[in-house]
Amino acid sequence: MSSAFPSDTTRARLAARLRQSLPDARLIEPAIIPLAALAAAALLFSVFLLILGKSPVTFFSLVWTGGFSSWFSIQNALQRAAPLILTGLAFAIPARIGLTLLGAEGALVLGGFTAAVTALPMQAAGLPAQVILPVMALAGMAVGAFWMGIAGWLKHVRGVNETISSLLLTYIAIAIASFLIEGPFRDPGSANKPSTQPLGPDLRIGEMFGSSVHWGLAAGLVLAVVLWVVMARTSFGFAARMTGGNLRAAQGQGLPVGRLLLTCCAIAGACAGLAGFFEVGAIHGQANASLAAGYGFTGILVAFLARQNPLAVVPVAILFGALDAAGGLVQRRMEMPDATMLVLQGFIFLILLVSDTFYGRLPFLDYHSSRDRT
Amino acid sequence: MSTDLLIVFYAMIGGAIRVSTPFLFVALGECLTEKSGRINLGLEGNLILGAMVAYAVSYNSGSPWLGVLAAGAAGVVLGAAHGWICKLPKVNDIAIGLAFMSLGTGLAFFFGKPYIQPSAPRLESLPIGSWSQNPQVQQALQVNPLFFVGIALAFALWWALRNTRAGLTVRMVGDSAASARAMGVNINLVRLLATAAGGFLAGVGGAFLSLSYPGSWNEGLSSGQGLMAVALVIFARWNPLRCVLAALLFGAAGALGPSLQAVGVTYGYHFFNAAPYILTLGIMIASARSKSAAQEAPRELSIVK
Repeated sequence: MSSAFPSDTTRARLAARLRQSLPDARLIEPAIIPLAALAAAALLFSVFLLILGKSPVTFFSLVWTGGFSSWFSIQNALQRAAPLILTGLAFAIPARIGLTLLGAEGALVLGGFTAAVTALPMQAAGLPAQVILPVMALAGMAVGAFWMGIAGWLKHVRGVNETISSLLLTYIAIAIASFLIEGPFRDPGSANKPSTQPLGPDLRIGEMFGSSVHWGLAAGLVLAVVLWVVMARTSFGFAARMTGGNLRAAQGQGLPVGRLLLTCCAIAGACAGLAGFFEVGAIHGQANASLAAGYGFTGILVAFLARQNPLAVVPVAILFGALDAAGGLVQRRMEMPDATMLVLQGFIFLILLVSDTFYGRLPFLDYHSSRDRT
Repeated sequence: MSTDLLIVFYAMIGGAIRVSTPFLFVALGECLTEKSGRINLGLEGNLILGAMVAYAVSYNSGSPWLGVLAAGAAGVVLGAAHGWICKLPKVNDIAIGLAFMSLGTGLAFFFGKPYIQPSAPRLESLPIGSWSQNPQVQQALQVNPLFFVGIALAFALWWALRNTRAGLTVRMVGDSAASARAMGVNINLVRLLATAAGGFLAGVGGAFLSLSYPGSWNEGLSSGQGLMAVALVIFARWNPLRCVLAALLFGAAGALGPSLQAVGVTYGYHFFNAAPYILTLGIMIASARSKSAAQEAPRELSIVK
């Protein structure tokens, strides 16, 4: 509007020029609002710490030490970021088509379990690791995709609310995996902690380039880029985003809404199942209760902070990996419970969602410019 | 074998009453909130925080009923915050609920650490089965007074929604925000109060978990009861009295696993423990797209649109 109706006063003209010198509002908003929300959450958490008589300065410097300061802590953060990238993608992709799916944790557990047990007969048959590992990964992804697909399918054919159904499916998935791990697939040698039979040393997924970070991080990076291209630059991605924006309009245009929904759920489940494969292959070496470590739930927060953008999932996942890595240090040095990071995550989540209200309403941005519409 | 079946039967009745109580409170709270046209998925957080606060207050003060009140107060704080944030434009009420779930859980685990070990005074149960000679019947009918409070509340809520001015206002806000606005009703205030009251009830439901059954505070105390209650309310079609029946049904499903374990059936107990989730999912599949449910749903509710 400012360009269409030039102002008379110098002040208004200066303000208009200032606005024009800033980049387009729709481009910078998704960056500055989440960053401001992070800062506000850190501030609120500092107040929380002060009330408890703890020092916020100590807290954040410990987070820096434990998550970013040395090569060791960076590797630790990246290690934990690997599953978070994948579970973040597992929430972000269905979110683009308008689904709020909480099922990543269940798909991760079932995918990890499947990967662990498909390896056993092939290992016994003496197949080489180059054959077994891809089969494990594919099996984990397929089971994850199937499991998340159930929620999408129920949504499409019966209109069942996918948020609740996917959470219920997570609990059911964990029950199924626990039953199979403690029953038919239990390794008799695992006395205290029921587990499946351990994978042989040649089946352990190694570290990348002399670091202590396993290949799951590379897989996450590649998938993030691929899925960004798919969602932003292909007709499938366009159709999915259109369905998310307006379901009725998409149906009116004759888009195959059901197939799009199912595909997005399957992609999400495959990402989570792949995270389970890496947790089994690189961290635990077998399937047991440690698979349900909450990565699927933290991934939801990661995706929200990344505003459901697959590329932005990567830095956000690394940030949360660093917070996770620093958790132990904070616990020991500040004598605070391990739930401290949960509280911080809760604050971040809440402030971030509150910050949604500022989109399109920031006083210093020009929302009416028509520069890029021509 | 028949005595085993009988034991399972009694254990299920007693278990249904015990397990259903937190379901009942959360469902009544969610029912009231949804009647005003807003959905609160965060009641799971209220439930866990309520359980922790009730246990801590009961331990420190020696009075479990004070603990129940404190749990309700904690629930009010979370509920009111939810209600206040959701009136802001462009925020996503479903996601806000998820955030409150995670914040409530985080706060409960954070402050609850020192209370995992010590033993707090519990709520006394009423031995209404004392007429029977059968110890299993006596055992099954050790009913907590909160259960009766919940039943009474369900009747009160049912009556008040139909017959009082406040009830009419809540229903109008939930069915048509536009007409409520035209009548000069402050929609945001009504929804804020309904969400806060719903938060109170969910907090009290949490107090039952830590002060009666299972009756201790630990981090695995609640596992999705708060979210299942949302499905339960849809199943009960926003009617407080049907919420009681639905809660008893969910309670019976939840009691299946422990009852079978009591007679030594442990094979596949993970599945029996997952019975409430499977039941909820089955009910959601069966009741989705039901015409009567669609007619009775508050019109402003986003989850059924």
